Amino acid sequence: MSNESFPLKLEGGDVPMVRFDRVTKQYGDLTVLDSLDLDVKANEMVAIIGPSGSGKTTVLRMLMGLELIDEGVIYVDGQPMTHMEKNGRLVRAGQKYLRRMRSSIGMVFQQFNLFPHMTALQNCMEAPVQVLGLSRKEARERSLELLKLVGLDDKMDQYPARLSGGQQQRVAIARALAMRPKIMLFDEVTSALDPEIVGEVTQVIRKLHDEHSLTMLMVTHQMGFARDISDRVCFFYEGKIAEQGSPEQLFDNPRNERTAMFLSAVLEAD
Amino acid sequence: MSYLEFLYKYAPSFLNGAVVTLEQTALGTLLAVIVALIMGFMKMSSFIPVRWVGIVYIEIFRGTSLLVQMYWIFFVLPLFGITLGKFEAGFLAVGLNLGAYGAELVRGGVQSVPRSQYEAATALGMHPFTRMRRVIFPQALLNMLPPWGNLLIELLKATALVALISVADLMFVSKQINMSTFLSAQAFGTALIIYYIIARGIITPGMRGLECKLAKKLSIG
Repeated sequence: MSNESFPLKLEGGDVPMVRFDRVTKQYGDLTVLDSLDLDVKANEMVAIIGPSGSGKTTVLRMLMGLELIDEGVIYVDGQPMTHMEKNGRLVRAGQKYLRRMRSSIGMVFQQFNLFPHMTALQNCMEAPVQVLGLSRKEARERSLELLKLVGLDDKMDQYPARLSGGQQQRVAIARALAMRPKIMLFDEVTSALDPEIVGEVTQVIRKLHDEHSLTMLMVTHQMGFARDISDRVCFFYEGKIAEQGSPEQLFDNPRNERTAMFLSAVLEAD
Repeated sequence: MSYLEFLYKYAPSFLNGAVVTLEQTALGTLLAVIVALIMGFMKMSSFIPVRWVGIVYIEIFRGTSLLVQMYWIFFVLPLFGITLGKFEAGFLAVGLNLGAYGAELVRGGVQSVPRSQYEAATALGMHPFTRMRRVIFPQALLNMLPPWGNLLIELLKATALVALISVADLMFVSKQINMSTFLSAQAFGTALIIYYIIARGIITPGMRGLECKLAKKLSIG
């Protein structure tokens, strides 16, 4: 690809925390993301909604570096993430560079993905010890504090198999936070939960949003929650942002016909 | 001679043979585990030349006869200046051969750990080596222990072949007793029973114990 038209880094007064610059992703013939442009400001909470297969989750996975992009560049805090500078040009990021850039991003998955052979506390401590090189004592203190934040300090010695889905997801949030990320990605974090325990997870996210300065991107099917908490909502359709705006504008007065159809379908289902 | 008299007379010989069989099994197992880990990981390598070494090793040792491999190690290698004692040649052949099967168990165990575990570890910034050591392999180990139990019983039974290069194992001793007494049923019947006792009385409970211990330690299930 020609990288001439992509800056080596973003400079100036108003550098976004995250920028997708003409990002394209294809699986074979299927274009999942089609030249996507998306800026997220520091401390902004962006909800991503849309029908399944619209590329929502792919956005998060690419930002986390779990999937390679085909074209375009993703910038994090002004620095290229998917690419790195080499002799004044952008080349595809190496593994080491990618690991360093990933450290500012935390991700929470739909299926929790806790390590089943570690207790809640060990799950939280593992990466700070192994990746950041914290002492066990420091990592333990940090993890306990975060388990307290998600209301599970009393379950710290439990293994994931003994925790409910909602509790596992809260541990997963604490585990991601233990790396002190600047950006948190939530990938349909309540979709695998029973309806009556969705609230305990959304409460934690709300608390994070209210009390901590974090940039958040959240893929969700919960329209009420998205509306409640986000600063901006992006409606994805066929690999593009079909419409975006404040929750009030997007939910109350969708301008795009697709948005209106999607919203009426999901709100009816609720 | 009644069977009891037979047993009384030959028990010390059988016992000596059984000890050699246990030694062959223990050393063969140790070697098989090491080979399995090395070749299993090589076969999973993303670096193609390394992967090919693993593939070729596994193919050769699984695709040809253990007995022929043992004859190569004992009779042919000396022609190339590598001379091994029969005891060493015996467990070397068994370990190298069963290690190739073990390599597939290692690979299968590692690949049975869900992709999502890799992704979670990657998202936490783990180096692939740390991710394998701390997250993937402990889970893989638990998955692969039951098939390893089977493999070790196969290994025990395979050690009977070392009698063919005159290692004085249980099989060798039984053959000798058969030749001097012509009591074939008693001689080989006793060998059968001892092999069965080692397999079901030592290996199976040992592996099951290991599994329980590991499961408890990893607290799964």
